Amino acid sequence: MSETAAGAGSGHAALQHHFVDLEQQKEASALGMWVFIAQEVLFFGGLFAAYAVYRHQYPDAFAAGSHHLSWKIGFFNTLVLIGSSFTMAMAVYSAATGRAKRVVTLLLATILLGGVFLGVKYFEYGEKIRPCFGDGSHAGCLVPGERFDASALHLEGDPGGPAQIFFSLYFGMTGLHALHMIVGIPIIAVIAGMAWRGRFSPEYYTPVEIVGLYWHFVDIIWIFLFPLLYLVGAH
Amino acid sequence: MSQEATTFPRQHYLREGWDLRSWLLTTDHKRIGFLYLVSITVMFALGSFYAALVRWNLLVPDGSLLSAEAYNKAFTAHGVIMVFFFLIPSIPATLGNFLIPLMIGARDLAFPKINLLSWYIYVIGAALTLYALLAGGLDTGWTFYTPYSTVFAQSNVELAAVGIFIAGFSSILTGLNFIVTIHKMRAPGLTWFRMPLFVWAHYATSIIQVLGTPVVAITILLVALERIFHFGFFDPNRGGDPILFQHLFWFYSHPAVYIMILPSMGVVSEIITCFSRKRIFGYGFIAMSSLAIAAIGFLVWAHHMFVTGMAVYSAMVFSALTYLVAVPSAIKTFNWTATLYRGSVKWDTPMIYVFCFIGLFLIGGLTGLFLGNLGTDIHLTDTYFVVAHFHYIMVGGAIMGYLGGLHFWWPKITGRKYIEAWGKVSSLLIFVGFNLTFFPQFVLGYLGMPRRYYVYPDEFQVLNVLSTAGATILGLGYLFPFSYLTHSIFRGEPAGENPWGAKGLEWATQSPPLTHNFETVPVVTEEAYDYASAPKEAVRV
Repeated sequence: MSETAAGAGSGHAALQHHFVDLEQQKEASALGMWVFIAQEVLFFGGLFAAYAVYRHQYPDAFAAGSHHLSWKIGFFNTLVLIGSSFTMAMAVYSAATGRAKRVVTLLLATILLGGVFLGVKYFEYGEKIRPCFGDGSHAGCLVPGERFDASALHLEGDPGGPAQIFFSLYFGMTGLHALHMIVGIPIIAVIAGMAWRGRFSPEYYTPVEIVGLYWHFVDIIWIFLFPLLYLVGAH
Repeated sequence: MSQEATTFPRQHYLREGWDLRSWLLTTDHKRIGFLYLVSITVMFALGSFYAALVRWNLLVPDGSLLSAEAYNKAFTAHGVIMVFFFLIPSIPATLGNFLIPLMIGARDLAFPKINLLSWYIYVIGAALTLYALLAGGLDTGWTFYTPYSTVFAQSNVELAAVGIFIAGFSSILTGLNFIVTIHKMRAPGLTWFRMPLFVWAHYATSIIQVLGTPVVAITILLVALERIFHFGFFDPNRGGDPILFQHLFWFYSHPAVYIMILPSMGVVSEIITCFSRKRIFGYGFIAMSSLAIAAIGFLVWAHHMFVTGMAVYSAMVFSALTYLVAVPSAIKTFNWTATLYRGSVKWDTPMIYVFCFIGLFLIGGLTGLFLGNLGTDIHLTDTYFVVAHFHYIMVGGAIMGYLGGLHFWWPKITGRKYIEAWGKVSSLLIFVGFNLTFFPQFVLGYLGMPRRYYVYPDEFQVLNVLSTAGATILGLGYLFPFSYLTHSIFRGEPAGENPWGAKGLEWATQSPPLTHNFETVPVVTEEAYDYASAPKEAVRV
């Protein structure tokens, strides 16, 4: 910690009153985001633990449920999300090197890719939820509950209880992940706005950096979800 | 202390304004500490009211005050309010919030707005949960055990679950703020091993808050999702496992006990060294034992589940790990005792609470070993022995520490002195009331009285009457500090910057402190608790 009153960037407009200098402020913000990410890991951890228990207990139902998800769509979304992580990383780099216009462009590209991901997810969810509504048969309904249609999964002699657990995990984990993206996108938009108004410079671009950390974390969660949900029993 | 100590400072954080706006939009950690103090006091009063209902109902064996249903709702409300809305935030959100920046020579916590946000989240969570408790009630117990909570309970489970889920994030954000503040905001010269033990204790607590709370958050959320969207995680009819809920729940809720007790241990370390006029014995051991408790505390959760039919070998491992937690706890107790040795001990109110803490924590901790033991636990599970044990930790430990800390730092927080005689009398009342309430429950539990029943066999009545009488005394005892501390805000004598002659940066600034805490950032040149160079007698102004 710097003892000198005139540390790097003291007197900068973005320096909050309770920090000594920008360096301290930046370190605090970054550590704060890392601690938040640690919290997130444990938050998702509860679901991953449940996944581990039930996949160990019901390997067949998990394989059947997984076969019913389209790995091609999942793979496409994985590429989209990795792309958005790339544009985000480039946005942070551009901010560090002081190219404000490029920061805006790259953040907008990140938002766009995030939107594509969510659009695909919407389509995927719709396919599983739509058959559950309306009268008559609910063939193809994959929402856990009374209307769940286990016949589509071709599990021999299985009423579909464990398969419902698989789809509970599917909706729970991907839903929570999507929620994190829905929270992240407006925040990125706000920061793109700040970049547009020239708030950032190579001395101060902390918000870009910490939203980048958050976005990468959300991507990494998906990197785990994709094989765990889409590729079970794939050969 | 010199002349200036007796006059009340003209500029301080409370003078920033008294209007609602200046309080509800403040980002000053000291004011937010005050907001928390008021909120948790309200919750404590509510939780105590439900405790009174439970105890009065048990005055007679046939439970003539409450119906079985109302009784279930009363003990659930008591547990939910006290655990999630009083004990978890108690010391960290009030004293921790107020003192950590002062103790480390910072102007505020690292994220002042997030600090305010955490209070709002707490209030929203508390409001939702209270609404659920009052409009229809909740009858699952504070533990929300499945499948009762997911399939059978007809009460307000979803709403209460969402309220607790929300409140959890207030605790997470407080912990996050403390961790970053302690890492990045220490004054020049304040190395890790010069930090006050109160700060060490809060560092360990924060780690549990950040790593444990999200697990219970997702677990409670899954209970709500299971009820609303028919997820099958905990439903045996669909191959789900209700025991998984218990694993996830206790993964947080056992370490949560250490969220409650570690800050109290920090308070004890500060007070005992001050009122012994002696450097604390074994500083490094006390600091590291806080971290050890936080770490080992994450590995013992299944001792709440020995009767669920878990594998005998994993039960043995969890039992052994449970015994291991006793080691750092004992290290603390021995070091505190060694601090007293050849010290000039003064019996002021904060110190009386510290003695209460050490004695009661000792009993609470040792009876915990009875329950961590596989053999005795089978006999004692779900009896009043368990109730007595955790109340010795949570009330005898955590609340005694909280009250001790509140009295110790009250002159700093308000700039006023309370009336010492009242402090002594009420601490005695609380000690007697507490023991009369909970000691008979050890006996009741050993004799086989189960917890959470609204009726009991006639032969248990004498002990239950004693317990209810004790609870009444305890309740009265709590009213005293509330009254004379409130009174002192308006009528108390000015305290001066350091009425106890204590060490630490928080005593080096005026009382109440300035909004920015220090006129100049302090530079630390000595170890913590250098009482060797301080006067032998605590200075009373």
